[in-house]
Amino acid sequence: MNLLKSYLLPRIAQWVITVFIGITVTFIIPRLIPGDPVERTLSSLGSLQTLDPRAVESLKEALADLYGLDGTQFDQYINFWKRLFKGDLGPSLSAFPTPVIEIIAKGLPWTVGLLTTSTLISWSLGIALGTLAGYSPKRLWWQIVDKAFISIYPIPHYILALILVMVFSYYFPIFPLVGGASGKPTLSWTYISSIFEHSLLPATSLIVLSTAFRFIMAKALTTTVAGSDYVGYAETAGLSKWRIVLFYVIQNTMLPQVTDLGLSLGAVFSGALIIEIVFSYPGIGYSLYMGVFQADFNLILGITIFSIVGIATAALIVDLSYPLLDPRVRYK
Amino acid sequence: MKILRDLFKHHLAFRAGAVIVLLVFLLVSLSFFSPYEATERRVVPKNQAPSLNHILGTTALGQDVFWLLTFAIRNSLMVAGLAVLIGRSIAVLLGSFSGYMGGGVDKVLQSIVDSFIVIPRLPLLILISVIVKGGLNLWGLALLLGFLDIFWPSKRYRSQILSLREREFTYTAVFSGMNTFNIILKEHFPFFIPYLLADAVSGFLWAIGMEITLAILGLCDLTRPTIGTMIYWGNYYQALLSQRLWVLAAPVIGSIFIVVAFYLISTSLSEYLDPRTRLKRLGASQ
Repeated sequence: MNLLKSYLLPRIAQWVITVFIGITVTFIIPRLIPGDPVERTLSSLGSLQTLDPRAVESLKEALADLYGLDGTQFDQYINFWKRLFKGDLGPSLSAFPTPVIEIIAKGLPWTVGLLTTSTLISWSLGIALGTLAGYSPKRLWWQIVDKAFISIYPIPHYILALILVMVFSYYFPIFPLVGGASGKPTLSWTYISSIFEHSLLPATSLIVLSTAFRFIMAKALTTTVAGSDYVGYAETAGLSKWRIVLFYVIQNTMLPQVTDLGLSLGAVFSGALIIEIVFSYPGIGYSLYMGVFQADFNLILGITIFSIVGIATAALIVDLSYPLLDPRVRYK
Repeated sequence: MKILRDLFKHHLAFRAGAVIVLLVFLLVSLSFFSPYEATERRVVPKNQAPSLNHILGTTALGQDVFWLLTFAIRNSLMVAGLAVLIGRSIAVLLGSFSGYMGGGVDKVLQSIVDSFIVIPRLPLLILISVIVKGGLNLWGLALLLGFLDIFWPSKRYRSQILSLREREFTYTAVFSGMNTFNIILKEHFPFFIPYLLADAVSGFLWAIGMEITLAILGLCDLTRPTIGTMIYWGNYYQALLSQRLWVLAAPVIGSIFIVVAFYLISTSLSEYLDPRTRLKRLGASQ
């Protein structure tokens, strides 16, 4: 009960605030720009000529309805929320009248799959390597790893992904250039292995970049913990190195890493979007790219709203699992 | 000055970073002597491989890659620099205000800051640049990037302020009757400024990365050469598939050198400022 009050409720309140602020921002932004948003959206839509007039008319209605331009700003704001609660993000403009939520649903499994696997791998790999490197910083091997990660870390996602595509799909065509899988989605081995094959390169770029960040953070944390008294006592007591690293160092450096994971999910997600764009990986990022390409404002807005809610929820889940790891929170 | 000399002497990473940054600035200053205008096209033969006349080759639009790169780096650095200046100034104000005020104000501000930290910035950035499409020139881009990079740094600055507030010398100053403004200015700022400098680099790197990403998506002024737009036009004219690697190689390699160099400087700076390593260094020199 105490845990609920002192830990869980504030987190849930924070989630509500995050979603509220995020959605309000996406509501305000299109209204800050002068001019009629319906006309603006229609004029930037390239595929307009190919639609018949009746479709354009219904598109116009859908847009006016979507922007909810009736009534005062406040009414519009309330309507905006009402529609969101119904899970209605409106129709896509480039693939009218397919609902945006359907396009997102199609891309979601790919993004979530890519994101969870690469986050899990890079998180554990970064902490494991970073801890070892921080615990024995004098070893030549760790110094090389350290230098390598420090030079990889600042490289922008797009640049690294571009290099990987150039090297591994183009000059040494080991991996497929684009797409998420080949063939029809069935439960056969060939299909599943093609999913794996296609995701290998995007996942690798994502893992390399996020591992670099974790590594640097884990190493810094370990350097502090490794100099502390209890590690010194453990060493004097002659405990094995592995035991010290696993039970004395990692356990104590894990906690800030979990907190940070929740907060950094938004950044990781943004990185995943870039990677998807480079590799034409059929997730949400690629839909976003197509939306930009076809001036499909509605799709972009829908994906923005969806990712704000999605990331806030994922961060909440990470936060709520924190007491499982930290006994101090649990028994307070 | 003495700090710089010290850093130069003791730190390999700082030396490497400083030399590259110096070269980058040299390259940027060359842009003022370019024989071509920044936005000029079809001034040299198209699609030439690197040669003595055009040391980094030419693009499909008839631009000399080397001179284009000097403009591109200048513009990218300017955008990122301005973004950092805008973002960090607001972040410092926000973070220190929150940290010094404490209590309820701090709590409210922090929950807002935490929200913005969790919200993924790229979709928001894309949404805004799609809406103002065409209206987003380099200054607009810098402003936008600056505004989106306030929250993480302000949280870090707040925790710095919180720890400074609890230090012994703060209490000494308070009890000896120093007023709050003087304490902040004379006691806290000397600690805070170097931290800020090292931290600003991370914002700089983020802004460069985002500029590239937005340009690739065609969402900023594509007529101005930046590192991102160079890659955009390279992709647009199929530089990779038609074996004209030099068009892409120049901005890609250039950007890697820039970000790594700035990062090396910032890590060596923060390592230098860390009191623990400072003690170690003093011990070594005695």
